[in-house]
Amino acid sequence: MSPAPVHYAAASGAFSLSWLLIALPLAGAAVLLLGGRRTDRFGHLIGTLAALASFVVGVVLFAAMLGRDGDDRALSQHLFSWIPVNGFQVDVGLLVDQLSIVFVLLITGVGTLIHIYSIGYMAHDPARRKFFAYMNLFLASMLLLVLGNNFLSLYAGWELVGLSSYLLIKFWEYKPAAATAANKAFYMNRVGDVGLAIAIMLMFATVGSTSYADVFGAASANVIGYGTITAMALLLLLGACGKSGQFPLQAWLPDAMEGPTPISALIHAATMVTAGVYLIVRAGPIFDETQAARTVVVIIGAATILIGCVIGCAYDDIKKVLAYSTVSQIGYMFLAVGLGPAGYAIGIMHLLAHGFFKAGLFLGAGSVIHAMDDDQDLRHYGGLWRKMPITWATFGLGFLAIIGFPGLSGYFTKDRIIETAFDKGGTSGYLLGSIALLGAGITAFYMSRLFLMTFHGKPRWSSEGENARHPHESPVTMTGPMIVLAVGSTFAGGLFVLGHSMQDWLEPVAGEGVEGVHTFSPLVLTLLTLVVVVGGFAAAWLRYQARPVEATARPDSEVTLVTVAARHDLFANTFNETVAMRPGQYLTRFLVWLDLVGVDGFVRGSAAGIGGLSGRMRRLQTGFVRSYALSMLGGAVLMVGALLLVWGG
Amino acid sequence: MNTVPWLTILLLVPTVAAIVVAAFPRRLATQAKQLTLAVTLAVLVLAVLATFAYHPKRAGFQFAQHHDWISTFGISYSVGADGISLVLILLTAFLVPVVVLSSWNEFDGDEPGGPVDGGSLTGTHDGAPGSGVGSGGSDGSGGSGGGSSGGAVAAVGAPAGGGGTAVLVAAPPVSAETVPAEPVAAPSAAAPRQRSVPVFCALLLALEAGLVGVFAATDVFLFYVFFEAILIPMYFLIGSFGPVKEQAQRSYAAVKFLIYSLLGGLLMLAAVIGLYVVSAEHLAHGTFDFAALRQLDITPGVQKLLFLGFFIAFAIKAPLFPFHTWLPDAGAQAPVGGAVLLVGLLDKVGTFGLIRYCIPLFPEASDWFAPLVLALAVIGIFYGALLAIGQRDMKRLVSYTSLAHFGFIALGLFAFTSQAGTGSVLYMVNHGLSTGLLFLVVGFLVARRGTPDIGAYGGLAKVTPLLAGTFLIAGLSSLALPGTNSFVSEFLVLVGTFTYNKALAIVATTGIVLAAIYVLYLYQRTMTGPVTHEANRLLPDLSLREKVVVAPVIALIIGLGVYPKPLIDIIRPTVTATYADIGKSDPAPTHPVPAAQSGGHS
Amino acid sequence: MNPANYLILAALLFTIGTAGVLIRRNAIVVFMSIELMLNAANLTLVTFSRIHGTLDGQVMAFFVMVVAAAEVVIGLAIILSIFRTRRSASVDDVNLLKY
Repeated sequence: MSPAPVHYAAASGAFSLSWLLIALPLAGAAVLLLGGRRTDRFGHLIGTLAALASFVVGVVLFAAMLGRDGDDRALSQHLFSWIPVNGFQVDVGLLVDQLSIVFVLLITGVGTLIHIYSIGYMAHDPARRKFFAYMNLFLASMLLLVLGNNFLSLYAGWELVGLSSYLLIKFWEYKPAAATAANKAFYMNRVGDVGLAIAIMLMFATVGSTSYADVFGAASANVIGYGTITAMALLLLLGACGKSGQFPLQAWLPDAMEGPTPISALIHAATMVTAGVYLIVRAGPIFDETQAARTVVVIIGAATILIGCVIGCAYDDIKKVLAYSTVSQIGYMFLAVGLGPAGYAIGIMHLLAHGFFKAGLFLGAGSVIHAMDDDQDLRHYGGLWRKMPITWATFGLGFLAIIGFPGLSGYFTKDRIIETAFDKGGTSGYLLGSIALLGAGITAFYMSRLFLMTFHGKPRWSSEGENARHPHESPVTMTGPMIVLAVGSTFAGGLFVLGHSMQDWLEPVAGEGVEGVHTFSPLVLTLLTLVVVVGGFAAAWLRYQARPVEATARPDSEVTLVTVAARHDLFANTFNETVAMRPGQYLTRFLVWLDLVGVDGFVRGSAAGIGGLSGRMRRLQTGFVRSYALSMLGGAVLMVGALLLVWGG
Repeated sequence: MNTVPWLTILLLVPTVAAIVVAAFPRRLATQAKQLTLAVTLAVLVLAVLATFAYHPKRAGFQFAQHHDWISTFGISYSVGADGISLVLILLTAFLVPVVVLSSWNEFDGDEPGGPVDGGSLTGTHDGAPGSGVGSGGSDGSGGSGGGSSGGAVAAVGAPAGGGGTAVLVAAPPVSAETVPAEPVAAPSAAAPRQRSVPVFCALLLALEAGLVGVFAATDVFLFYVFFEAILIPMYFLIGSFGPVKEQAQRSYAAVKFLIYSLLGGLLMLAAVIGLYVVSAEHLAHGTFDFAALRQLDITPGVQKLLFLGFFIAFAIKAPLFPFHTWLPDAGAQAPVGGAVLLVGLLDKVGTFGLIRYCIPLFPEASDWFAPLVLALAVIGIFYGALLAIGQRDMKRLVSYTSLAHFGFIALGLFAFTSQAGTGSVLYMVNHGLSTGLLFLVVGFLVARRGTPDIGAYGGLAKVTPLLAGTFLIAGLSSLALPGTNSFVSEFLVLVGTFTYNKALAIVATTGIVLAAIYVLYLYQRTMTGPVTHEANRLLPDLSLREKVVVAPVIALIIGLGVYPKPLIDIIRPTVTATYADIGKSDPAPTHPVPAAQSGGHS
Repeated sequence: MNPANYLILAALLFTIGTAGVLIRRNAIVVFMSIELMLNAANLTLVTFSRIHGTLDGQVMAFFVMVVAAAEVVIGLAIILSIFRTRRSASVDDVNLLKY
């Protein structure tokens, strides 16, 4: 970003309606929640319409933005004053610029598709209306997150998406596992939120404002000390890690799969979890000033790629595999945006492409789960492609996109990340590039494993007997969105890369990517990546297609240590429990005891002490008149003595 | 100047009504309730009108009135409102009618358990009203004289059987006895003396009057009088109208509350007299007038002593760690309405006193003691939150969450920045709403099921979705989610504290994780999962009356979260002036944005 | 005569009275000892009145006499009624009002 003062033009014309983007789904949620059972019959339609209307507004704004000059596309709209206390002035305001409009289109577009899909998927759920209300609430929160023009609005959206995610994970709250998973997600997100909150406080203490314009202006004007700005960036990163399920706060995301599958697609794959990437790109001017924080971002990204990939190979639950795949793909995005302006646009491109193919994959998985009577175990699938051709085709396109099959979107975006990582140069460049490359190989392996075990090979289910299954293709409300997303996954990547369109579009926000010196020529790298990917696929083929798959996984005692570790999420949960949960429980118990015996014990002790003392003292009341008379005499003598002492001296 | 004596009217209306209602015979219970509701609603309307008449920009006290009372000692009846007291009076006027309506059927002997869940539920687990035989002597004023002396013995002897043990005992303490109450005895044999509804109403009205007085007083002695006067109705609310079956525990709680508060009050009385003596030395004659006392230049040594006198009284009242142990007992034993008023309003007197009296009267001492107060506040945030997580009794849990919230309030007050101070005062209002709602919902649950024990619930979201939703909203407000009222105040407190002392603010901020845990863990245990107790399957959802009770509170919780500006505009000038008076100004940002560069309106 | 002698006499009487109250058990004797103390006080008052040449002390002495007379009436009535119920005039037997 240029060091020139950051200034956003005031919104006018069509842009003054940008508040509608948030208001429409919010109104939908309010109507559905307040309307109660009266809206049960048509609630899903209201919800879908609200999402669709918001998408239409987004498209109109996008078209209007295309009609403006490249440097004049960032428009800020002041809505109302939120928290005005002397120096601390926070407004609710919206910022529509190239970055946020891209997110708006992704959120409302994919959101609408998933609304439509849910009409079919949740058709038999008695609480479908509530489901749509929560989804609308999520859309509104997520739009507030990306549209806010200051960090506190972003924070509000940030926590509200956490709430929506919580509500939707525990949507089937009569299942204890769902309720626990929802709580875990909220707690771990809150840990990240603490970082974001402190970062905002630091901004106020340093700059005296929380608006993007002021903070970024100060950051690019180089007036903030290096230590302060690094602290700021690292705190933002903590928030980003929490929301995006990055190391070390990744453990909640797989558990979140307890929610209905459309939610996994919408929130825990396509939109909410990418908020961390948005935050880092948005706060680019801050990260640009601090190499140290950026290094941490890349390290976290690289570590998460490997963690996600390794665990993804070990699970047999279709949704958990996809969840860990999400973790590792967001790792790629972190890696990209951690590389600086060169990577911002690429990270966002991968984010958008990922939004398409991962949503498509999840919806496909939902279709399979639906067909298999809510069985999520890969080992119980097999040979489904005959029964559900549309799901097979759309899922297959998503699968090819994620592993980076040439011509599909993942090929354009992920390969660019690998390339950029190598281009960083030096040992670190090689290291990061190799990790990204390795990750691509493992991704190809576990995704192929997933795909082959689900759709190919011999069926490991039977249509007769006790556990009879009758897989069938899903209704059109479900397949429709899957087809649209498959088309998106196929062509999105190419569209972004075509004529540098995405990079040029984002350039005013993300800054100009300096075309570095290529470590390898793009052609070599592409071939290298292709070889690795094919290797991954071949390994999966040999292991899961050429040989029959066991219907039950082998016990821990028969597999390698790595597999055991991967099956236990690399002991992340064990670690959290040992380090945070158990000591917390003991501390709580100790404090409850301390409060009762210590603090309150002191209080009750003094009460008992006074009581005991008066118990002794009352023995002085003997009932004998003569002893009372004697004490009166003693008192009188004392008084007289005292008087004599005072006056006599 | 406005000539309408708003504050005196607000004071007189409930006082007169309290006397009138107290004179009602028992059979006119319904009329007494209706009159009480009407009066409290009228007070609310008056308070709102007064708010419109208030000019936030004008300095000093408004609606001020001054009449000599005991002129020999310079004591006067003088009242006045500034931004801080006005919002608290408004909160009082809002919460009391809510409480009246929420307690509508709580003491109706004729229809046990309220109109909603009569019939099949009455005999099984809602034996509360029918079994009032054992507590016959404890109702209203009749049992009061004996109640206090008998209670004093209980205070000494109760630890073994008192509310305190409920926490550590592994088995659910109360439910075990309450649930299998003899089903036969309840409806037919129930002709015992019921607790008097008119007395209950009169106590609520008296409490309202006392609270208005305490917030409105601008004479330190008058403040002290009201400060002590509100103890009396609260004492009877806890001691006589608490859970029917736990007579020993509730007298224990009532006496503990009273003695704790009286101890603080006594220290404050000493400090009040000390102030008078000091004023007599400085001025021609002694005075209790707040405005005059504020101008005094007291020597630091004396300031510290007087500060401590006031501070300990307020720290007990608020309460701050480690003066809190009366709160869980009182909160658990008070009737639901009483608990709402106790935690929502009565405790605010403590925090109100801190900013109204401690800080402006003793600036140097406040500065000197600030590290201590801040340390207690931060300890309170964590201590309260962790203890809340460890509770098995919902009412005690909510009481402990309040301890954490009062930590935030005290933190903000003693950070001496206008943001933190404004946030704290706003927090007082918001805490009244959010914790008030939480107590109300817990009360609904207890009224249905007869026990505050968390283990007796589970899976209620499926049975009573509206109740669960309300519970969640109250909880979310308690954990300060953006979009709810508490977020604004909590963030203001934290951001204001951050500019004053970074380390403290960072430590306090991590407390929000614990807040999430105590709220959602409670929700998880009571509302989610399968329905574990058969008795819970038949629980009715919110009745119309209950909906009417919670709707305005929820509306305010969300409304003030989205648009808190009106309240902030009332509070901010007063708080800013208070800190400016003692020579505190907000730290400037280290690298402020140059005026020209400040883009847009931000 | 030296007025101090009267004071000494009054002190002696008072001491005797005090000892009587503290030592004797018979309620009547205790009562008489109290009278003795009162009269010792009267003697002191009158003596000081004489020494200072004012009438204040004598007036006070009259008051004391009136009070003493009233006290005798009530006191004897109490003793009598106790004697009727308990058949005893010992002050040690009347010790129910304790602890």
